[in-house]
Formats: sequence, C-alpha cells, structure tokens
Amino acid sequence: MRHLMSPLDFTPQELDRLFDLANDIEHHPERYAHACDGKILATCFYEPSTRTRLSFESAMTRLGGRIIGFSDAASSSASKGESVSDTIRIISCYADICAMRHPKEGAPMVAAEKSDIPVINAGDGGHQHPTQTLTDLLTIRSLKGRLGGFTMGLCGDLKFGRTVHSLIKALVRYEGIRFVFISPEELRVPDYITDMLRERNIPFEEVIRLETVMPRLDMLYMTRVQKERFFNEEDYVRLKDFYILNADKMALAKEDMLVLHPLPRVNEISVEVDADKRAVYFKQARYGVYVRMALILALLEIERI
Amino acid sequence: MLNVGKIEEGFVLDHIKAGRSLDIYDHLQLDKLDCTVAIIKNARSNKMEKKDIVKVECDIDMLDFDVLAFIDHNITVNVIKNGEIVEKKELTLPMQIKNVIRCHNPRCITSIEQELPHIFYLADSAKEVYRCKYCEEKYMSSGKGI
Repeated sequence: MRHLMSPLDFTPQELDRLFDLANDIEHHPERYAHACDGKILATCFYEPSTRTRLSFESAMTRLGGRIIGFSDAASSSASKGESVSDTIRIISCYADICAMRHPKEGAPMVAAEKSDIPVINAGDGGHQHPTQTLTDLLTIRSLKGRLGGFTMGLCGDLKFGRTVHSLIKALVRYEGIRFVFISPEELRVPDYITDMLRERNIPFEEVIRLETVMPRLDMLYMTRVQKERFFNEEDYVRLKDFYILNADKMALAKEDMLVLHPLPRVNEISVEVDADKRAVYFKQARYGVYVRMALILALLEIERI
Repeated sequence: MLNVGKIEEGFVLDHIKAGRSLDIYDHLQLDKLDCTVAIIKNARSNKMEKKDIVKVECDIDMLDFDVLAFIDHNITVNVIKNGEIVEKKELTLPMQIKNVIRCHNPRCITSIEQELPHIFYLADSAKEVYRCKYCEEKYMSSGKGI
C-alpha cells in the first residue's frame, strides 16, 4: 500500500505513467466512469480549502465512487481532542482512501503511519501540497508536450510559497530546465533552493523586474504576494502592484509561452489576460481533477503505474 | 592541576567542547545511572586550548553512542577495562535519532500530539544537518540549533 506525502514520493518514470493515465482519463472519461464503483473517499479537511476539497470530490465522483468527510476541524472529533492517529484508524474502517488537509505540518504522515488505507496529503500547513505540484507538472507536460528543456519563470512570493518550492524540487529531476526567479528582494527564493541548484549545475538567475525577462520565458508561474508576509503596510502596497501581469507585459512574451497560477489570484494577473490563449490557469484547475483521478486509481491499485 | 582518579571499567569521553559536558550528562541520562561520574570542565588541552572531560564508571553497554555522536562526533570515546584504555571508539553520525531533541517548530504536528516520538533523520551528513521526520524542520548536529 502506498501513500502520497510529497511529490518526490514518485520517481519520474512513475510520474510519467501517472500522467499518461491522467491524459487517458482526459480523453476517454467514459472508460473510467465506473472505475471506483463501491469505493469511498474520505476527505478529512481540518482547515477550509474549497478548491482542493472540491477537486478531490469531483475526481472521486467522476470515477463512480462516493465521498464522506468533514471540511473543518470544528465539525470533526478533533474539536473533542481526538488525535490524528485515532481519527485515521476510525476513517480506515469507513473508507477505502483518504485525502487529508491539516494546518499542522506532518499530520498526514502521522495518519499514513497508522492507516490501513492509502492517505493523500492534501496540504499540511506551509510544508507540502503534493497534488498541486502534480497538477502543475501534468499541466506543463500536457500543454508543452514535455517536462524539461525550457526556461521557467517563477514570479511573486518565492520565499514563503510552498507551491513554488515544491515545483522547483520536482522540476530539477528533468533535463534542460533553466529557472528565472522574479521577486522583490524581500521575497527571494530561499538559499537552500539556490544552493541545491548550484550543486546540481542547474542554471538560474534572480531578477526584480518581470518585463526584462518576459521575452525569454517558455513558462511563467505567477504567485500571489501575500499581505501577511510583510512587516509594514508600506512595503506591501509598494510590492503588490509590482507584479501585475497585464496585456502590455504579455505582449513582450513568446507566442507559445504559458502562464500558470496555483490560484486563487487576487490582483497579480489582470482579468484582461484571461482571454489570452497563453493563460492556462483555469485549464490547470481541470488538470487538477484528472491528476487526482489518476492518483486515486493508482493508490487504490485499480490501475498500475 | 586537578587530579581525578582512574576508573576500572567504563568510559572516558575526551575532547568535549568546553562547556558542553553538562549537556552530555543530560542527554546520556547519566543522572539515572547508579555509578561514579566525574565531570571535568575547562581542562587544558593542546588541541582545543580548553576542553571538558566526562568519566563514567559503568558497564560498557550502558551508553547510547548514537546520542553522543549526534551531540558531537568529534568526541573521543576511550573504553576502559581493568584501568587501561582498551579501545578508542570512532563516532559516526546516526542515521536517525529518536526523542533526543524536540522539534521546536510550532507548526509541526508533534507540537499538538503529545504521544508522538520526536524523530530526526540525517539529511546531509557533510553539513551535519538533521530534519524532523514530520515537518522537515532543520537542526544542526554539534549543538548548533539544539
């Protein structure tokens, strides 16, 4: 029995097979409509997360399975003081697979250690959010046709953004990736990431202005600059509008560049960009369902990867 | 010069960084042993200028070398039998330590689930970096970050 705690739990070869399965689901959904008949997914969400939870629920429903669960800690026995270890033992009796989000880092791993059913980490605090990374990778592979051999720009909060760190760690396993980190000085990518890139001889550069690098990017991963990260309002106000991606900036980009965003966005991507065919962040959400469907099938051993 | 008598069987932990002997006393739980323990602080050393030394008169199976290696793998462990040094043990960083240090990350699941063991794995032996099994919070060996 396997769990998913980190995007690196799967080898690149296993990920390839997972993404092949996800693409097959995309093109032939009818073949999988009853693949999980009689199976139950438990969504144990100790903190609210509409998109991730609904994505899991949509995935299991599209596979013909059913869903049980809770969407915040207050409506679960955690409010009575029950431990994650005990909760998962009970859930193991009720469901066949579990997706868990928890504000505490490592909680899904504790669950996996005690569980009789596969556990998927659906986000544990600021630590990991592996299904977001799988979504990002599937989106890139599906729309670019490959993972590797491109220049990837990452823009915004590169210091605290777990999706960014996770994506970088997943992408370094592929050949020919060049990174361009676009962030204010205060939100630069952490040293442990740049150290890792240097050790692996992976080219990268750090810049402040998006416009200067825009023509060179094959992909641009936008993130939200989060207000709570700043010590003073003045800095936040100065920086939040620094990275508004608009039609003028898109005019500088390659014809086939892709814009990704883990969502939700606030104002870092202007609504006018939505109509641009290179803006794929809503498609990304669709790929999130396909990859979760593939993941459920793989972990339930209904499909081999 | 202070003289501390020889021990018949046990260990002499030499080349301890000056000032760290009491940490070692605590981590090795020497207070729980019913045996003679001598702690020498700030002894003169050619190699280190000053150092601490801990002498423990006990059965040679009673000490946890993984804990000692985690604290400082440069410590020299002299094994004593019949009043003589019979072996100098090399300490190597343990792959995993359990309940030696606590994870101080307030966002870690170990901060709310009291019964969970505090397990750290060796993430980078060259840099002596350990990480919490659950949240990957970084801790350095050799006392940095403990």
